[in-house]
Amino acid sequence: MNADFTAEDLVFQDEVRTFLQNEFPAEYREKIDANIRLSKEEIINWQKILYKKGWAAPSWPEEHGGTGWSQIQKHIFATEMGLIGAPEPVPFGLKMVAPVIMAYGNDEQKQRFLPDILESNVWWCQGYSEPNAGSDLASLKTSAVREGNHYIVNGAKTWNTYGQYADWIFCLVRTDNTVKKQEGISFLLIDMKSEGVSHKPIYLLDGHAEVNEIFFDDVKVPVENLIGEENKGWTYAKVLLTHERTNISGVPRGKRRLRALKRIAAETDDGFGNSMMENQTFRNRLANIEIELKALEYVELRTLASISAGKAPGPESSILKIVGTELAQKIDEIFVDLAAYQSLPFVPEQFEDGFQGTPIGPGNSAAFALTYFNNRKASIYGGSNEIQRNIICKAVLGL
Amino acid sequence: MDFSYSEVQLMLQDSVQKFVQKSYDHDTRTKIVDSEDGYSKENWQLFAELGWLAVPFTEEDGGLGGSAIDLIVMMEEFGKANLVEPFTATAVLGGGLIAELAEGAEKAELIEQLVTGSLQLACAYAESGSRFNLSKVTTTAAIEGGDVVINGNKIAVLNAPNADKILVVARESGAATDAEGVSIFLVDANAEGLAITPFTTFDGKKSSEVLFENVRVSESVRLGSSGQALNALQKVVDRATVGVSAEAVGALESLLKKTVEYSKTRKQFGTVIGTFQALQHRMADMFIECQLARSIVVMAAMQLDSLADELKKTKAVSAAKSRVGKAIRHVGQESIQIHGGIGMTDELDVGHLFKRVTAIDIMFGNADYHTERFASLE
Repeated sequence: MNADFTAEDLVFQDEVRTFLQNEFPAEYREKIDANIRLSKEEIINWQKILYKKGWAAPSWPEEHGGTGWSQIQKHIFATEMGLIGAPEPVPFGLKMVAPVIMAYGNDEQKQRFLPDILESNVWWCQGYSEPNAGSDLASLKTSAVREGNHYIVNGAKTWNTYGQYADWIFCLVRTDNTVKKQEGISFLLIDMKSEGVSHKPIYLLDGHAEVNEIFFDDVKVPVENLIGEENKGWTYAKVLLTHERTNISGVPRGKRRLRALKRIAAETDDGFGNSMMENQTFRNRLANIEIELKALEYVELRTLASISAGKAPGPESSILKIVGTELAQKIDEIFVDLAAYQSLPFVPEQFEDGFQGTPIGPGNSAAFALTYFNNRKASIYGGSNEIQRNIICKAVLGL
Repeated sequence: MDFSYSEVQLMLQDSVQKFVQKSYDHDTRTKIVDSEDGYSKENWQLFAELGWLAVPFTEEDGGLGGSAIDLIVMMEEFGKANLVEPFTATAVLGGGLIAELAEGAEKAELIEQLVTGSLQLACAYAESGSRFNLSKVTTTAAIEGGDVVINGNKIAVLNAPNADKILVVARESGAATDAEGVSIFLVDANAEGLAITPFTTFDGKKSSEVLFENVRVSESVRLGSSGQALNALQKVVDRATVGVSAEAVGALESLLKKTVEYSKTRKQFGTVIGTFQALQHRMADMFIECQLARSIVVMAAMQLDSLADELKKTKAVSAAKSRVGKAIRHVGQESIQIHGGIGMTDELDVGHLFKRVTAIDIMFGNADYHTERFASLE
């Protein structure tokens, strides 16, 4: 038994490192280190840099422009991205709708949509959750009624991350009310520029509106935008929800943030003439996180090895999601505890692109509470951690 | 043994509850937070008329009694409604220091102004390098030709943007963390050389950084004797710590109540989510946390009102703040989680209660700090 990379993998790791050092723009890195969000243009630009290198879509099959990497190589890539702080490409196009189009779309749809997704020419958002359909997604109500060569869509979707940037949205819509709720759902692609589509920002606790509500008011959608068969959407959606559940542990990002905590703690006075890095309580808390991250890292590596050996990804992904998000939230807490009074100022504009004023507080301490608040979402989205625990109960424990 | 509130305390509780019910729903609070002042002057005047501003002071000082139990009865209700008015800054901290340190006619006059609602105060104690240690004071006060010249930088000065006067903690002698040498000066907020950088905190309060650059004031604005203010400061901050802990208890109870109510109405999988045992047990744990927090705050308030020695009182305060800090994390986070996405929104009151208790967790020392302080007081 060993957890070593092969010589080949190490060469690959080196290549990834060199690429990221040279090609991930330094100014983006500075922004991310300063808790400033990248703009839409910067996100697209970074994804296009990845595209030019041929690394935009490691999870895609080679025939569509994937990298052909092994599971280990994908892991190495994701790890190096996380360690340097490079953002993962926005997942809605590349990791969510694309696999569904590949698996269930027709050739025309593949040609029409996939190249633009790969090249980041078109921004996608997801239309799954509704105000009354969250964890119980199948109870969704947005309706699509067939009229000639169109569907007429009415309803509302919510929690649409970056909906304000999106060109297209993939939606689960109800096409049959008379059958079991899972059996009357279809998978529909909708141009956000269609008449009758509108969106409203939802401000979250950090003062930022990264999510939206999207409304459909008699929106005419051509039938050729239906993926696969009518009323089979739930089956397709499940594929989407279980996709690529590795690399979700956030271990590299956690390590990177621990490094930042140590750096800041070394510069933070404990009020008694020492630095916070010399405070034993604080050190113990960091150590506990580091230990948890190590355990999680090895869960991930074992999962990876098992997938590499040809086994299907199983409910291990639920462990990675639960523990990964909860550990990230613990790290958020430590940032707030470290900054103490300096985390109190609520100046979200200070962390928006192009802020010109004099910042309040040292470094980006005023961002720490914002991150703490914002990241409470992590245990709610993507199948809440309660749903993940249900999955473990059913799929592993046979309860 | 008797844990029941007195007649007067029940009236006080009732008085706050009636006000909140009538005039302090979430939308009203939001408007107040978004207003220029960040608090309602009408409300403040009403608080004065209702006698609330006099609650922290002894009858001798012109107040209504000044017991810690009175204070927690009232502040718990403030917490339930997430009241944003600067009660802690002006009445508990500022007023507390005046009551402890000022003397004679000056003291009577200041407290009179305060309880009638015409004096807003701010207390500048924290510095960027002080963390939670009150004796770490690098702001200096030097005597020059009969005047005092103050230099230094203070952070997290609650209510400074609205304050008429600022109580500044400054060092007249000794090394940075010495207990001796710390004085408190009552300085006009518009004094020359005093620069306020205002901001709103994430729990919707007006706060600021305050820079003192050669602020020259008369020596007569020193409260108490030269270099001897630390004990009073510690005592007042300890009392305020119990006050905000009680406020947190109220806010946590609100969060629990709202979460349970939501779980009884939010339907998923064909039933209300409150029927899921996994969630029921978690709400039971929230309830337990609330009870533990409430109990330890009552304990601390009783200690403060007792004849116990200072060490015992200080330990009780740290025990309470430490334990309440844990409850804040637990109940606050679970409230958001059980609400799901809607709990993350700025629109709902739940998130604002969560943010308020998070701020209280930091105020006057977080759970780690107070656990350490408790341990150090053996």
